[in-house]
Amino acid sequence: MSTLISIRDLTKSYERGKQKVEVLHGLTLDIPKGDFVALMGPSGSGKTTLLNLIGGLDQPTSGELTIDGKRIDRFSSAELTKWRASNVGFVFQFYNLMPVLTAEGNVELPLLLTKLSSAQRKKNVAIALQVVGLAERAKHKPRELSGGQEQRVAIARAIVSDPELLVCDEPTGDLDRKTADEILTLLQTLNREHGKTIVMVTHDPRAAEYAKRTLHLDKGQLAEQAAH
Amino acid sequence: MTKTGFVIANLFRKKTRTVLTLLSVIMAFLLFGLLQAVNVMFNAGTDFVGATRLITQSRVSFTQSLPLRQLPELEAVPGVEAVMYEQWFGGVWQENTQLIAFAVDPERLHKVYPEWTMPEDAWKKFAQTRTGMIAGRQVAKQFGWKVGEKLPIKSSIFPQKDGSKAWSFDLVGIYDGKDEEWQRQTSQIFINFAYFDEANQFGSGRAGIYVLKLGDPDKAKDVALTIDKKYENSTEETKTQTEKDWNAGFAKQMGDIGMLVRWILFAVFFTLLLVVGNTMAQSVRERIPELAVLKTLGFSDGSVLGFVLAEALLIVGAGGLIGLSLATGLGILVQKNAGAMLPISVDWRVWSAGLIAIAVVGTVVGLLPALRAQRLKIVDALAGR
Repeated sequence: MSTLISIRDLTKSYERGKQKVEVLHGLTLDIPKGDFVALMGPSGSGKTTLLNLIGGLDQPTSGELTIDGKRIDRFSSAELTKWRASNVGFVFQFYNLMPVLTAEGNVELPLLLTKLSSAQRKKNVAIALQVVGLAERAKHKPRELSGGQEQRVAIARAIVSDPELLVCDEPTGDLDRKTADEILTLLQTLNREHGKTIVMVTHDPRAAEYAKRTLHLDKGQLAEQAAH
Repeated sequence: MTKTGFVIANLFRKKTRTVLTLLSVIMAFLLFGLLQAVNVMFNAGTDFVGATRLITQSRVSFTQSLPLRQLPELEAVPGVEAVMYEQWFGGVWQENTQLIAFAVDPERLHKVYPEWTMPEDAWKKFAQTRTGMIAGRQVAKQFGWKVGEKLPIKSSIFPQKDGSKAWSFDLVGIYDGKDEEWQRQTSQIFINFAYFDEANQFGSGRAGIYVLKLGDPDKAKDVALTIDKKYENSTEETKTQTEKDWNAGFAKQMGDIGMLVRWILFAVFFTLLLVVGNTMAQSVRERIPELAVLKTLGFSDGSVLGFVLAEALLIVGAGGLIGLSLATGLGILVQKNAGAMLPISVDWRVWSAGLIAIAVVGTVVGLLPALRAQRLKIVDALAGR
């Protein structure tokens, strides 16, 4: 399987006041296309930082970060913004939907950046909502949906522009066990049946079991790898 | 959904707050429209007339009259094409409705002010009827006067020889303006000077001012200098100025209305900036994570700035347009009721100033929150830092 994400000697440090805090220390890692990786580790281990770098939300201090053949560590902020729009889907712990928009409005949002016609956008939105099993809740606003349904809408928003890569930050952290299992099954389906490469940060070992493999980070370095 | 739809949806995330903000903007622009219209009204004369006419008044004050013996001397000044004289009558209709009334020589008025139009028959009748009077279309319409009526008009200044201030005039004509702008000025009435001069108790042979029509506007300055020099050190010293300056001076007798209006508007808009600015800032503060998500999804910094700025412009624009429309309606109502005495009109000048104000206020209140949104760092905003 070809490599989608190639990370070489990646470091990331932040300025906290006068102090320089190095969060990732020379990380090297490959994630092939179609993989489903769970990133685990204690708080402060650097897993969210790594996820942000992979998702193009932040830029590394040094090292190489290549995604689908593109050195995104060399991208400018504007280039990263453009790249994110068509290459990455994001799923957050607290869903982060727009409360003023309906489910379909939220899912359509990323498509406003494309040149698709209104009719084509509507069609894509309907498909995405159908994939996550929420076609009948399209006209509902987030406050009218349960947590699990909100997360499904967020997943539909993440996949509507058909990106290769999904990055998920604690996608089940705010859900009960049963709903979490449903969401994780949905992510698994997206990975297995739709070929999405998924990188997921989680604290929950049961959630990690849905991934193909788990990477443990500790103090900014890769500590352990386990296949499921 | 469209980007515009998204902006509108965001505006109504807190309906009560949006409606209250909108109301404050509407009130501000309603006030702006009306006050600006008042300002335009007080400046109308100064913008309206050119230097094709000069006005000669007593050097002491325009309330001091000048002798009519100066008339042929003024007519003889090179560059002067025609001269008329007029006297403020201080007209009062019915109980206490003030009229803008002047005693004039009809033929001279016709010559010096060709902008006032009326059938030649009516001009002739005005000249031939000693108790004749003509009224502008606006004032006649306001009081429902019709040609042929005998109108009792009091003078707040001039009693007749029998001591009575109640005069009576025959309405022999209703005049119009040559174009829309002059038509709006048809709020004056003119009575026959010959009758006034003979019948008033304060004596005859004097007029309040002379109005000189010039053959060549370029010679206005020379003519004015010649006239004032001619009467220098005499008992009837004169002050000759353009009609524009004279009108400005006359308006200033009522106080610096423009300055007053400007200060009120400054207070109104300063408050508006604080109210709407605070609302916008609060609105952006409340949805930092949402703005960060927009950037995460691929909306550029400029797009996010645009969304916030568009919200500010939309709320100020909607409120401003509603406010100005209300002011226009109120202006029409006021004009209908007060008529010639308060000819305020929320016209294109007021609307132009209003539209500029909308753009400026919208940009100013939206810019700081929009810049904050633009500079937002996704990682920090999502982490709640």
